[in-house]
Amino acid sequence: MPLWLELLVRVVGVVAAFLVLPLVVGQAEHKVMAHMQGRLGPMYAGGFHGWAQLIADGVKFVQKEDVTPREADRAVFRLAPVVALVPYLLALLVIPLGPNDLVGQPLDIGLFFVLAVVGVGVVAVLMSAWASANKYSLLGGIRGAAQLLGYELPLVLAAASVAMAAGTLSLPGIVEAWQPWWLLWQAPAMVVFFVAGLAEIRRPPFDMPIADSELVFGYMTEYTGLRFAFFLLAEYVGIVVIAALTTVLFLGGWQGPFGDDYLGWLWTLIKVFAVSFVIIWFRVTYPRLREDQLQRLCWLVLVPVALGQLVLTAGVKLAIA
Amino acid sequence: MSVPGEGLAKGLAVTLKTMTRRSHTQQYPDVAPDLPPRSRGVIALLEENCTVCMLCARECPDWCIYIDSHKEEVAVPGAARPRQRNVLDRFDIDFSLCMYCGICIEVCPFDALYWSPEFEYAEYDIRDLLHDKEHLGEWMATVPPPPAHDPNGEPAKEETAALKAAAPGAAGDRSAGPAVRTRRPARPATARPGTTPASAPPAADEPTSAPPASAPPAADEPTSVPPAASPVTDRPASAERPTSAERPTSAPPAADRPSSGPPASTPPSSSGPPVDGESP
Repeated sequence: MPLWLELLVRVVGVVAAFLVLPLVVGQAEHKVMAHMQGRLGPMYAGGFHGWAQLIADGVKFVQKEDVTPREADRAVFRLAPVVALVPYLLALLVIPLGPNDLVGQPLDIGLFFVLAVVGVGVVAVLMSAWASANKYSLLGGIRGAAQLLGYELPLVLAAASVAMAAGTLSLPGIVEAWQPWWLLWQAPAMVVFFVAGLAEIRRPPFDMPIADSELVFGYMTEYTGLRFAFFLLAEYVGIVVIAALTTVLFLGGWQGPFGDDYLGWLWTLIKVFAVSFVIIWFRVTYPRLREDQLQRLCWLVLVPVALGQLVLTAGVKLAIA
Repeated sequence: MSVPGEGLAKGLAVTLKTMTRRSHTQQYPDVAPDLPPRSRGVIALLEENCTVCMLCARECPDWCIYIDSHKEEVAVPGAARPRQRNVLDRFDIDFSLCMYCGICIEVCPFDALYWSPEFEYAEYDIRDLLHDKEHLGEWMATVPPPPAHDPNGEPAKEETAALKAAAPGAAGDRSAGPAVRTRRPARPATARPGTTPASAPPAADEPTSAPPASAPPAADEPTSVPPAASPVTDRPASAERPTSAERPTSAPPAADRPSSGPPASTPPSSSGPPVDGESP
């Protein structure tokens, strides 16, 4: 296979996953949330149980007027949704789906790359918040910045614990080194990573920057049409990325009960959707954390637990070696 | 003792449990709602039954029923003289005013008005909510048969009336309640002891022994009670309805009198000195 063809196939595959998985997760969120609240959710779009609801939403967003407020910083305002979206696309590039290089781009420092790229999200939040020239946007943006910077720390510490255990920063390498008993060994890190990941993608109960009951819609208040849809898409891609990272780092990625070689992609997808379901489940169940509770949870619970896990990982690693 | 995070787990359990249950959403336009019996949707008119008595229009709190009529003479061959008859010209109900109280249906003595459960008659123009008698007549087709009686409910008036008529040896007002008679003497016996414990129980147990029944009250108020009690206790030998109705009227005066005496005498003595002390 010539290089350009292989490149094309990989890029197309990643873009397809980037466009399809968030829609599946979004549709699942519609239906799961509805049924958890005793409702039915969308039932009309597409004919069968509203399967095309998000496509219809997309068509609607495209038709809407693209408004830029007069006082807004036009260039920054228009660029922010793209900055919010692209990091997740890049993150998807290095997350392995299965063994034998079934990955967009195998990268030796994959974990480092993913964490660095996901951290760019805070820039998009600040850009949109400041450029909107709206006090609600600004408040939401500041809250978002405080939250993202705070939760970055436990996220990285928890991921570092796994990297230390596996002895590599390569995501496929981590999956290959993973063994079932790591589920117990790395359980605190998994919880910390998952919770910090929820906060990173600003999902309820960590949606203080958006907080529609107090801040209209936070940093997205002034956005309309397609740009707003980009922000929403970024949120759902964020779910997929966090679920996929949790899967790869803590749940053994493509390792399943049987047939890892040819069914690896299926195990990965199943695990990703299971974690996504838990993310949706959390959203339905828990109310939003207050700003001080949010910071307290981060600094007084997650960071100490992550540090303790690091010590534990190092100790066990030394004992084994 | 509560495990940390117990509440979080309970919350997750609640949402998960809800997800596995059927949702409560009613898909109304697609699936017709399951209406309860006696639903008040729209009022139907059975025109033949209407005699233009105007009771419904007069009782309507909203004045939303409009009736016009004229009299017609009907000459029956062989009759002494022609008879007059009311003919309904107009019977309109304005459903933009109607508050669905159902009073018109309750008062109609000739069963000309009925509740129909149909509720889908919204209009684009409020004036179209004025249903004329043809329109109201069309609703008659949707009137359901009356629902069966609740098995634990009170029997229908018609049923009790029929029971009365069929009672053995029924004559005049004596037959007031053959089925109820067994219940009625028992109730005062249990309810009364709180107020007049001495007089009531013996009367129910042994109607023939009148003197012991009147003796206990005689200890409190010997002068007033015996003459009142003796005629009453003579009658219950038949254990009929009047005894229970009349006894309470005779007993209370005996109980009231001793209680009203003491309070009237004590206050003057106690309230007197303070008033004198304050005034100088």
